[in-house]
Amino acid sequence: MPRIPKLSNKVLIISILSTILAFSNVGNLLAADDKNDVFNPAELINHHILDDYLWHFWDGHYGTLYLPVILYSSDKGLIVFSSHNFFDANHNILDYEGYRYEHGHVSSVDGGSFIDISITKNVLFLFINATVLLWVFFAVARGYKKNIGKAPKGIQSFFEPIILFVRDEIVKPNIGPKYERFLPYMLSLFFFIWFGNLFGLMPGAANLTGNIAVTSILAIFTFVLTIVNTNRNYWKHIFNTPGVPWWLKLPVPLLPTVEIIGIFSKPFSLLLRLFVAITAGHIVVLSLISLTFIFQSYSVGILSALITTFINLIELLVATIQAYVFTLFSSMYIGMAMEEEH
Amino acid sequence: MELLTPGIGLIFWQTVIFLMLVGILSAFVWRPISDALRSREQFIADSLKAAELAKLEIEELKEDNADLIREARLEKDALLKEATHVANKIKDDARAETSKITDKMVAAAKATIETEKKAALTEIKNEVAMLSLAIAEKVIKKNLESDKSQKDLVQQFIKDLKTN
Repeated sequence: MPRIPKLSNKVLIISILSTILAFSNVGNLLAADDKNDVFNPAELINHHILDDYLWHFWDGHYGTLYLPVILYSSDKGLIVFSSHNFFDANHNILDYEGYRYEHGHVSSVDGGSFIDISITKNVLFLFINATVLLWVFFAVARGYKKNIGKAPKGIQSFFEPIILFVRDEIVKPNIGPKYERFLPYMLSLFFFIWFGNLFGLMPGAANLTGNIAVTSILAIFTFVLTIVNTNRNYWKHIFNTPGVPWWLKLPVPLLPTVEIIGIFSKPFSLLLRLFVAITAGHIVVLSLISLTFIFQSYSVGILSALITTFINLIELLVATIQAYVFTLFSSMYIGMAMEEEH
Repeated sequence: MELLTPGIGLIFWQTVIFLMLVGILSAFVWRPISDALRSREQFIADSLKAAELAKLEIEELKEDNADLIREARLEKDALLKEATHVANKIKDDARAETSKITDKMVAAAKATIETEKKAALTEIKNEVAMLSLAIAEKVIKKNLESDKSQKDLVQQFIKDLKTN
């Protein structure tokens, strides 16, 4: 990517200039800033990266989308209601049907246990992500039906190189000859993460792929596929690793212990890496934007806008890289589980 | 830390939606795309192989053509040689025939000439005889008186004629 360094040079020069400007203004700012309305960046950032029962776009009557709350408890049964019921006309928090909403959480007033499968912001975003994926890839598949034996056209020609990249560069070399069985899963995984990452970068979007529940489930699917497809050679490598001195295995099974930890640390690294990379990106972008409101200065605003733009470009890259890495490691783990003795 | 505790709702929905997504995409998207890609790759590979084969075939045909041309040339040469030979033979034969015929004709002409000559000679002889007779008659008529000398003379004439 020859463009990025060029751009980063420009951004660097601009940011240095802006920084000088910004610091020349700090004195002014500190003198002028004695407002009561204290801005709390941590609250803003947490609000953006965490899940919620409503989707806030802007202040005002129509600026918030109240999402359905679905709760199940053994004594009250299944209840479905809008999260709007937690608020009165003046936006004060109310209890509803024995449930209380506070700090983005629903709890039971009497402390009883319940299951919460509400359509939260992230769940809604999950639906949107899945719908867009289906819509896009049905269009791509239609292209293959329409242009049998012809060169790809339109959206089909945009996604074909990516599909081929996933197949030929990620799945095929890492899983080996039996790769075709895992190709649908890997392609779904790649595009789910990639689309989720990209959508997450849009203003006001939910932090779907930066949510630990989402990345955990993806990692668990990979883990299950790995375990289901293990062969004798894989377990032999874990319990009786060939080519290491015997005292590493007996009487204290040092190496087997490490290997067994490895079975679980692999999917754990998967879920953590994606979660951290995406959430960190969001935190960086939001922190830079918050700077403007902390300093309440135009020059800081210009500076942070420029840096944020640049970080956003990096985030576009990260979105793709993380999708690639997750798919790559999933393929590698499955490939390792199926590796034959050599 | 709320950030690090996965919510049960999102776990549930993520599992359901992702499984559905993988199922639907596998059946209606990835499979047909994989098949289409594979068949297209197969088609391209086949086409390349066919092109390679066609090239080889053309090469072979070229060689065959060269052989054919060489053979044709040889045949033509042989034919020409034979034709020349036949023509020469025909010419020779014709010449021989002609000379035979001419010889025959010459011989016939010679024979005719011979016979004609003989006839002419005979005629001449007869004419001479007649002339001699006439002469003799005239002589006889003139020299009737010297009998003996005339007789000798006639005798002499006849003798001369015979030797002729």
